[in-house]
Amino acid sequence: MAETYRQLREYNNSFNILLVLHVVMIAVGLGAAFYMEHNGHVVTGMNNQIVWGLPHVFAIFLIVSASGALNLASASSVFSKLAYKRFARLSAILAIALLIGGLVVLLLDLGRPDRLIVAMTYYNFKSIFAWNIILYTGFITIVGIYLWTMMDKTVARFNKAAGWGAFIWRIILTTGTGSIFGFLVAREAYDAAIMAPLFISSSFVYGMAFTVWVLITMCQATGHRLITKEVSQKLRELFIIFIAAMLYFTAVHHLTNLYAAEHIGVERYILWSGSVFTYLFWGGHVFIGSILPMLILMKSDLGSSRVGLTSASILMLLGGMAHIYVIVIGGQSYPLSLFPGMEVTSTFQDGVFGNYMPTLPELLLGLAGVSMAMFIVGFALKILPFLPSPVAEDQ
Amino acid sequence: MISLKQDQTKVKETKVTSGDEAGRREFLKGSAAALALAPGMTLFAYGEALAKPADQAVSTKSRWGLLIDAAKFSDEDVDACVKACQDENGWSDTGKPLTDPQWIRRVNLKNKKTEEQFSLPMMCQHCAEPPCVDVCPTGASFKRKDGIVLVDKHICIGCRYCMMACPYKARSFVHEHIEDQKEHAPRGIGTVESCTMCVHLVDEGKEPACVKAAPAGAMVFGDLNDKTSKLAQLIKSVATQQVRADLNLDPGVRYRNI
Repeated sequence: MAETYRQLREYNNSFNILLVLHVVMIAVGLGAAFYMEHNGHVVTGMNNQIVWGLPHVFAIFLIVSASGALNLASASSVFSKLAYKRFARLSAILAIALLIGGLVVLLLDLGRPDRLIVAMTYYNFKSIFAWNIILYTGFITIVGIYLWTMMDKTVARFNKAAGWGAFIWRIILTTGTGSIFGFLVAREAYDAAIMAPLFISSSFVYGMAFTVWVLITMCQATGHRLITKEVSQKLRELFIIFIAAMLYFTAVHHLTNLYAAEHIGVERYILWSGSVFTYLFWGGHVFIGSILPMLILMKSDLGSSRVGLTSASILMLLGGMAHIYVIVIGGQSYPLSLFPGMEVTSTFQDGVFGNYMPTLPELLLGLAGVSMAMFIVGFALKILPFLPSPVAEDQ
Repeated sequence: MISLKQDQTKVKETKVTSGDEAGRREFLKGSAAALALAPGMTLFAYGEALAKPADQAVSTKSRWGLLIDAAKFSDEDVDACVKACQDENGWSDTGKPLTDPQWIRRVNLKNKKTEEQFSLPMMCQHCAEPPCVDVCPTGASFKRKDGIVLVDKHICIGCRYCMMACPYKARSFVHEHIEDQKEHAPRGIGTVESCTMCVHLVDEGKEPACVKAAPAGAMVFGDLNDKTSKLAQLIKSVATQQVRADLNLDPGVRYRNI
């Protein structure tokens, strides 16, 4: 019974409403992308200093989350934690969906999204970006195979191997995503190998928050209990460990930067200058996204309750967006140091903090990526048995 | 005498590669130079022929570079260089400073300790180890064999990773539609662009537009690999600086007096 899955057949109207809302959001997001592509990025808040804007924040957040969404599947296949096996299929399809959502946003924010075929056929193997394209497509393929081994008894004997493959791949994938920033020698906020483990630890938090969010939404939609009390407790404990790990890497990243005189300027800008990034870092990433959910989760009863897990997950996701925003936008906003010891000015925003105000089309495109991921999951749940079967109220 | 010795060395070098047509041409050029220098009248031909024949592929034999003397530039002089680049390559100031492309810009500097102020032109530094080329996923950012770093507008997907990677903020993203492009400098919305070192002129044996517009001696263009070039001689004899030398990118553009 513990290993059974079911196709979504009985659900209340809230599920249909959600699906319709996601479709509308996707349509609006595509319209926004068309608007931006038709007029050029001049209609966005991005400029020649802040070259990656809100769509990149969404895209990276979704891609990082995709890797973490595989947590429960990896726990069951790789670490033989059978309590999570019921969630393995949902975990895997969610991982694929989040990645697709992120990639769609990334693609539609390109200057030339019509050149997708170029991106797929011209590879500069020295580029971590090119490697990421391979890692992303590979992730979808490997997790797809993993899912297949979970669902088809004739290939079930390969499940463990596929699970291991997907687990290793997801770690490499998030290493690759973190390295996009880690390899940027020119930017003082980046250029640190710790970006990769920081991204991996963050992925554990955000991906599992998405998983719990989807599970609880489905509890709501089906009117059934899908998570046992035992698993709720385990999730609570896992979240605490993952948040602690993420905070640890965040602390090490900033503390090591503070040690180097050349990085003190950017750390001061992010951590205590009073800029928007200071508030997003402390208020968003640290307080809303880490400490507050930690406080909720540390209370055993509250933390393992539906309300507790839901609110903690939402807080972690909001904090996650703030975290990625600070990394992506904050890191670019700090001016490049061309001439140390000199005051630098120019007509090209040299020597000044870059201003960026996201525009509505950018926000809509980003939200469409989230909707795309959620719609894929919702649709998949309807056509194939991905959802864990309900558990009794006393379990 | 020293110069003659150096030219004889050059003759020797060209002999090694004289197996083909180009090599023979180079050999003759070198011999002629050596003969002309024999009386010791002049050191080197400063107005050297820079062009390669049109049918000859770009080679690593040359590495084009610039030496910019900040002490010889006023704000107006830098602006003249910027204007020359705009006229030559067809980009312009449309009144949107945040999104307008700037292939070359005036950077004003003030020494925090001495309060000394000056300005200089800043553009793509045409690095030997260009981070923009390393990070470009499609290979649209590329370095020619002669060291000029360019963007292939046909395969640039507009990901802007090169802009994230460039330490010199030398690249611009084309944020809106473009009209009245120059035939020799194709540009496109949604792609990234930067200083081309006026590659179309360099291939014709001419100097980049900014060099022509600069005050005499303020910008020297030439072949860094050619020890007889004025540029190589200056770099050898005067104190020059690389911007962000700590990154070890070996830029083709060098500065003096900053």
